[in-house]
Amino acid sequence: MEELTIFLVIYGTLLGAFAVAAVLVWFERRLLGFWQDRLGPNRVGPFGIGLALADVIKLLAKEDWIPPFADRLVFILAPTAVVITMLLGFAVVPYTEHLFIADLNIGLLFFLGMTSLAVYSVLLGGLGSHNKYALLGGLRAAAQMVSYEVFMGLSLMGVVMITGSFSLVDIVNTQAENGWFVISQFFGFIVFLVAGIAESHRLPFDLPEAEHELIAGFHTEYSGMKFGLFMLGEYLSLILISSMITTIFFGGWLGPSFLPDAVLDFVPHIFWFFAKTGTCICFFILLRAAIPRPRYDQLMSFGWKILLPLTLVNLLITGAVLLWL
Amino acid sequence: MTVIHVDGKEYEVEPGSNLLEALLSAGLDVPYFCWHPAMGSVGACRQCAVVQYANDDDTQGRIIMSCMTPVTDNARFSVATESASGFRESVIENLMLNHPHDCPVCEEGGECHLQDMTVMVGHRDRQYTGKKRTHKNQYLGPLVGHEMNRCITCYRCVRFYQDYAGGSDLAAFSSRDKVYFGRAEDGVLENEFAGNLVDVCPTGVFTDKTLSKHYTRKWDLQSAATICMGCAQGCNTYTSERYGEVRRVHNRFHQDVNGYFLCDRGRFGAGFVNSDDRIKQAGIRRDDGLYEAVSLAEAVSQASDMINASQRVVGIGSARASLESNQALRTLVGADNYCNGMADIEREMHAIIIEALKSDIATPSMREVEQYDAILILGEDITNHAPRLALSVRQATRNKAGEMAVETKLALWQDAAVRELAQNSLSPLMIATPTQDRLDDVATLSTRLDSAGIARLGFAIADQLHDIKIAEDDALEATVSAITETLSAAKRPLVISGTSSRNADVMRSAANVAAALKEINPNTGLCLCASECNSVGVALMDNEHSLTALLGSSPDTVVVLENDLATTLGADFKQIASSIKNLVVIDHLDNATASMSDLVLPAATFAEAEGTYVNNEGRAQRSMAVFVPGHHGAASDIKASYHLLDNLADRSRTSSEVRAEMVSHSPQLQKVIDAAPSEDFTVRGSKIARMSHRASGRTAMLADVSVHEPQQPADADSAMTFSMEGVQQQAPASLRAFTWSPEWNSNQSIMKFQESVAGSDRFGISGALLVEKTQPPVVYDATVKQIGQLVPQHHIFGSDPLSNHAEELASLAPQLYIKMNDQAAGELGVSSDDGLSYQADGQSLEFRVIIDNAIPDNCLVYPLVPDTDCLTGLDEVSLTRIDDWTPPGPAGKAQLITSDRAN
Amino acid sequence: MIKAIWSQIVSLYRIFLHIFAKADTVQYPEEMPYLAPRYRGRIVLTRDPDGNERCVACNLCAVACPVDCIALQKTEDEHGRWYPEFFRINFSRCIMCGMCEEACPTYSIQLTPDFEMCEYDRQNMVYEKEHLLISGQGKYPGYSFYNVAGKAIKDKDKGEGLNEAQPIDMKSLLP
Repeated sequence: MEELTIFLVIYGTLLGAFAVAAVLVWFERRLLGFWQDRLGPNRVGPFGIGLALADVIKLLAKEDWIPPFADRLVFILAPTAVVITMLLGFAVVPYTEHLFIADLNIGLLFFLGMTSLAVYSVLLGGLGSHNKYALLGGLRAAAQMVSYEVFMGLSLMGVVMITGSFSLVDIVNTQAENGWFVISQFFGFIVFLVAGIAESHRLPFDLPEAEHELIAGFHTEYSGMKFGLFMLGEYLSLILISSMITTIFFGGWLGPSFLPDAVLDFVPHIFWFFAKTGTCICFFILLRAAIPRPRYDQLMSFGWKILLPLTLVNLLITGAVLLWL
Repeated sequence: MTVIHVDGKEYEVEPGSNLLEALLSAGLDVPYFCWHPAMGSVGACRQCAVVQYANDDDTQGRIIMSCMTPVTDNARFSVATESASGFRESVIENLMLNHPHDCPVCEEGGECHLQDMTVMVGHRDRQYTGKKRTHKNQYLGPLVGHEMNRCITCYRCVRFYQDYAGGSDLAAFSSRDKVYFGRAEDGVLENEFAGNLVDVCPTGVFTDKTLSKHYTRKWDLQSAATICMGCAQGCNTYTSERYGEVRRVHNRFHQDVNGYFLCDRGRFGAGFVNSDDRIKQAGIRRDDGLYEAVSLAEAVSQASDMINASQRVVGIGSARASLESNQALRTLVGADNYCNGMADIEREMHAIIIEALKSDIATPSMREVEQYDAILILGEDITNHAPRLALSVRQATRNKAGEMAVETKLALWQDAAVRELAQNSLSPLMIATPTQDRLDDVATLSTRLDSAGIARLGFAIADQLHDIKIAEDDALEATVSAITETLSAAKRPLVISGTSSRNADVMRSAANVAAALKEINPNTGLCLCASECNSVGVALMDNEHSLTALLGSSPDTVVVLENDLATTLGADFKQIASSIKNLVVIDHLDNATASMSDLVLPAATFAEAEGTYVNNEGRAQRSMAVFVPGHHGAASDIKASYHLLDNLADRSRTSSEVRAEMVSHSPQLQKVIDAAPSEDFTVRGSKIARMSHRASGRTAMLADVSVHEPQQPADADSAMTFSMEGVQQQAPASLRAFTWSPEWNSNQSIMKFQESVAGSDRFGISGALLVEKTQPPVVYDATVKQIGQLVPQHHIFGSDPLSNHAEELASLAPQLYIKMNDQAAGELGVSSDDGLSYQADGQSLEFRVIIDNAIPDNCLVYPLVPDTDCLTGLDEVSLTRIDDWTPPGPAGKAQLITSDRAN
Repeated sequence: MIKAIWSQIVSLYRIFLHIFAKADTVQYPEEMPYLAPRYRGRIVLTRDPDGNERCVACNLCAVACPVDCIALQKTEDEHGRWYPEFFRINFSRCIMCGMCEEACPTYSIQLTPDFEMCEYDRQNMVYEKEHLLISGQGKYPGYSFYNVAGKAIKDKDKGEGLNEAQPIDMKSLLP
């Protein structure tokens, strides 16, 4: 591709991700409002959409305060880690067969690697705050993310086995031939979904910041834009996981095959990608509205005792099918 | 020990007691009304019903009144059984038929025995729908309120007032459900112990008017264990505060001192703490002769400059200041420049008291006084000078009744039966005073003599006890023989005298009588009443230095501690003061000395500062601070005197550090340390709380000043907190701030803190006796000085410099009078209700003449009130008759003259 | 296990359906919600049917208050009627629990549906008697404590209360 296109895609991704993350702040609250029979934020601008901007201005204008007892360097670096790694993760996301930043032949591994690095953010934030709640939150986050990475990686191995490649473009292209992986790799999908929520520590798996136990967990001491970065990181990871689910299990830019070809030809591919990702994000928000937070030990035993065997069985079956069929 | 079985459990109880006492002592809750631990049983209210079983097989049992049932070995009872509890509930229901249900507007609400008992028996729903009987109330004076509707006719009030305290103007009137407790007509209750009706009444018929004026519920009061400042008896009190004001004083049980009762001076006299006459700020006299209010820091630095620049600094202590304050003064000026502030005559009299304390003749506590079977009172008007002692003496006269009861095998707690048996039989009480005495009604012999005559009488009795006969023609002969005979026949004779006659000869003669009796009877007691709340303490500390000698040693700076020298020394002091360069006064009430001073420092009263006081039996007792002055609103400059004195020397010490220094200086006061635990004392790691756990309004009471709540003030001097945080119930008696026990909100809850009913405190007794009684008694020379014609008469209301500042007591002080007999009246040319005027030094007094032929010849009895201070120390006065004099009418309803009460 | 997962899915579905439900909340302050009379909002002191202060300064509200935000002082008029000399509620501490109303024996202290009492200065949250006392009877019309309690006040002597007999003449000789 030409350099200009790549620049455009890079900046488009960057700005787009930031903008979507900001709008999600409002969108999530509004949706939660509907699901909880409330009105939700509706005061700033039409439908309250100005809340996104107001929130950003508020975060930027707040005093950038570092507690005197905190480890300054670690405290400052921690929130940047999550944003950087999540943004890097977007590098391998193929919006269409032509529109992406990089089609790495180890794209999937790169994505897994980046999400793993995000754990430093939470861990360092918890440690550097010199606060017992933050430390407890950081500890929980570390154990939770390290554990769920295992199932996350394993759950994708079935897809990789079928595709025979780590490249995400290849994975989508394989789905064009074999049908979406959500059907053939259903268990893989379930595990990836659960692990994805746990990786981005969103409700119901937000134990690192469980407010009724730990005040705000690892970001107890954070305020202003440093806190804003943590929040941004969380929404970026939400978007990233959603786009990954779309790409890996829901055929990426591919339209639904039951639709007539005329429609499929008419609608641009990128629409399908964003529509699927958006639906996925809405589903994540619905999860938050509907499902209560488990206990920490329940979370860990659920991972190791149910998800791990499930992925292994999934792998065995996939392997067996590939070998003998 | 007797063993009884109650509801299947075995209890060891005191033999000879009644069942109610035994059950209560065992910690069981049995409701009662008419029984009182100090007054015994009459079985009037039927509330304490329990079931008694004849034997093991008896399941039915019969209902008995536990207060009227003696405990017998292996007797079987049930408190909880249905028939007993149902009976008790129906009794309460009947008692409540006419109760007005006005608890929200009743001063007793929240500490009401009737409320407690109603909850205890479980009565809740009223079934009676008829009309309630009502009563009109009476005006009973400025101290005690009356609300007859609330009465449940338990008869405790008249039993206390008439039978226990000897009053005659409160009685039960009418019959059946119309019974009325009151006076024949409206008027001030005459008895000096009328205030105890408030405590004795199980509901709100008799209430504390001085509390009601600024009423606060019991749970809201911040309280502390204090010692009464009214006289030298050292009665234990609880003083309570709310919103920076002393709200009330009530009785604190001490088994050896005041027991269950206080006199009205003690109960209602603490109003001086709230008085407008309080010195609230430091003041310095400017060159133009006026005072300027200055900050404490400035006054302290000015005062220490004065002291540092002086050649000779003299410190005058005080018998109404605590030992700690006197010690701080002694440290400041040096032991050689300190005196205890007593005038020479006082010093001489208290030296006799100290000698008596050190002698091996028993010095009885007020509880022990009740055990003596023959009492001789020489020249001491105890009802007015040491009131609570008079109540004990009155009980001692009932020992005859006790003897008769024992002979007929009647239990002593059978109050009505014992009184019926004894009729008017009394143990001998012999009184020799210049005027009629309030105890005359129970005296077997009373004689009126001037104080020199009393001294002669005393010495003659001592001689007679040594078989030296008095001349037969002497007018005293018959009296002397009668008294001598009675005393030598008694098993436990007691001699009482004191400082109220201001004649040391009287006290010496009393000491000689006791010493002579001691030779024939080792059970002899001698009780000498001191002048002020800490007279004995300061006399024990240092009685060597004379006040006049120190003032005469031409000092240039004099520091006066809580002592109104200008009043006690009169004109002499004004003369001395003019030659003193700097007069520094530390006091809490404005007085003549303070207004002559160059610099005044605002001292704390007993309610605001911790202090140790020694009563006239040598018992050191700690009085705890109740509240921090000025906590409500702006900060205050008022500080404990010993802190102020320490500040003058640029020191800062806790009270226990001051005490430690005092003890090293005066080893005879060693046991002062034991009077109460010091500030590092804790119960299970907690300090002791001054407020109840249900004290209210913490976040609102100061919100008008600032909505931001201040920190609770800390108490560095004691083991107590100025809040509800800390131990409340398990504290030792000397620190416990109030009595309360679950289900027992009234003052009856004291039994939960006693080993047994009316027994010693479960958490440790308070106070410590200082003096070891080892020396043989001193026998004095029988010389009697001639005295002047003026005889000061103490009055329970009016003669105490502190309680005079309590508004209600001031209104009860007597109007000026002079009592004399016909002979003296003839010499002056006056008759009854004439006016006499006295003029000297620009002062003019008008007296009303009262003719009383019991008064000895040549005696002029005048009341000891602030107005008559100018007569102190005078032997002769010139009085002139006022022509066409009309006696001043009563100033208010309260002004029914107390001087007339004895008539 | 299956049941547990199924229950999660059902709850997801049910919550999702709420997107079509009407919101329970209203657009306060443009639209005022309905508050029942027993709603626990601003505390007032009421008057009896004769227009006198109902409060008799019995201190029961203060002692019932779990945050100790009520302080008052009893005083008395010349006829013996008790009333508060001052009555202070620190609303910056009040938790609107209504225990004071429960405790009040005279129906004087009452909680009202008014909750709009925010202030910029916390000191303004301290209400004195003149701020608390209203001129009406509040939720309990017709009740007058002194009519049923046996204490005499102005215009109601002994024996004139509800269910009271005439005062007894203690000097009468009749049985």
